[in-house]
Amino acid sequence: MTPFTYARAHDAAEAVRLGGEHAAKYLGGGTNLVDLLRETIEHPLSLIDVTGLSNAIEERKDGSLLIGAATRNTALASHRAVRVRYPMLSRALVAGASAQIRNMATVGGNILQRTRCTYFYDVDGSRCNKRNPGQGCDAIDGFNRIHAILGASSACVASHPSDMCVALTALGATVHLRSARGERTLPMTDVHRLPEGHPEIETLLEPGELITAVELPPLPMAARSTYRKVRDRASYAFALVSVAAAIEIEGDTVKDVRLALGGVAHKPWRAWKAEAALKGRPATPESFRAAAEAELADAAPLRDNAFKVELAKRTIVAVLAELMEMDA
Amino acid sequence: MVISINGAQTDLPADARVSLLDLLREHLHLFGTKKGCNQGACGACTVLVDGGERILSCMALAVQYEGRAITTIEGLASNGEMHPLQRAFIEHDGFQCGYCTPGQICSAVGMADELRRCVPSHVTADLSTETIALTHDELRERMSGNLCRCGAYNGIVGAIAEAHAETRAEEVA
Repeated sequence: MTPFTYARAHDAAEAVRLGGEHAAKYLGGGTNLVDLLRETIEHPLSLIDVTGLSNAIEERKDGSLLIGAATRNTALASHRAVRVRYPMLSRALVAGASAQIRNMATVGGNILQRTRCTYFYDVDGSRCNKRNPGQGCDAIDGFNRIHAILGASSACVASHPSDMCVALTALGATVHLRSARGERTLPMTDVHRLPEGHPEIETLLEPGELITAVELPPLPMAARSTYRKVRDRASYAFALVSVAAAIEIEGDTVKDVRLALGGVAHKPWRAWKAEAALKGRPATPESFRAAAEAELADAAPLRDNAFKVELAKRTIVAVLAELMEMDA
Repeated sequence: MVISINGAQTDLPADARVSLLDLLREHLHLFGTKKGCNQGACGACTVLVDGGERILSCMALAVQYEGRAITTIEGLASNGEMHPLQRAFIEHDGFQCGYCTPGQICSAVGMADELRRCVPSHVTADLSTETIALTHDELRERMSGNLCRCGAYNGIVGAIAEAHAETRAEEVA
């Protein structure tokens, strides 16, 4: 690690004042950033510890849920309102990492964690446009089983590793931001960006901007929702493909549906095409399959991950079928 | 700036880069907590915060835990009596080389605390439940963050299941 100073922020105003300084970095639970510091991929001059900021989960009158960004993953997954009203989010959280890591990791840090592409971490031996812009990408022609099949570019094929973010994307969450210039919000679907020519720019956050909270909208249909993660071993592994889904049925017809995919793209992937293909259609396995086909029509697999295309389709169909079995 | 380690107050290092794991091993010479992967993948460095919350000391900067109380494997025995989990690991041969054992035991202590608080896991079928029983599947899933390269999992699972059942019986009695 290169040397850095450490300061603990006591409130958001102090955090953004310190975080606005040159080469400052916010520190949550450290479960990704400490690793990146050790590998010298990140080399900030100062760390601003924001784990002392709000970790409150507020059930608001309009039915929304406001989650402080310092909330630990375990606390969020365990919260009664999340378990009952947004089960896909609890399921996504407990599918991620290990219990020890979930006890440490914060909501804000989870959103801003970086890819687990092995070439990105191989500082001495591999080229990476995300780590060294313009250098080239060794993953495109390398071992790319875990990499993206949707929305990638010739510069980067990394995938976003978060489970939590897939659920937040499906739920239509809003992320609250604060900087020295003021406060604003971004839809979860707009927080992360696709790599295009600049994979080193991963989010639409501005320098020094701090995630202060995540807001879940009132969404009654989310009570009938779940998250399924397909991975190389049964626990403690990143997703090859994951699906967060909620569905609302009226008669035999899909009245509304929410779908997002993990493990397939540089960002948590909202399946807009599949959702559009399903709304108003009969709630049948045939409709589910057609929607999955629509979503994956543009998939561009690499040498080692062509299996993900069919896996994603089948997982979408299986998860929607599982929701149909559930009591509404 | 101080931190409590097994009940003893100690100064935090001036260098913010020192991990909690390196503070324990290199500065305080508490070698019970092990450095396996040093990247959050094995669980050998698991310690407890403020009495029961399990964390990975390799991924923690020591300065982040200023004012907190850390318990390591050296701090689990009380009045010369082994912790029930330590005793159960011996009885069930819950190890071969022993390198992962301190992390396994600290992790199991933290897991019991999570069960008391009804924290759900990946295999918890009903999220609305108010109590969670430590079934075989729950135990294996909840301990999946601790790897054992010797593959002594049968003994580990047996030890944790027995110690947990004994503790629960005492709590009910």
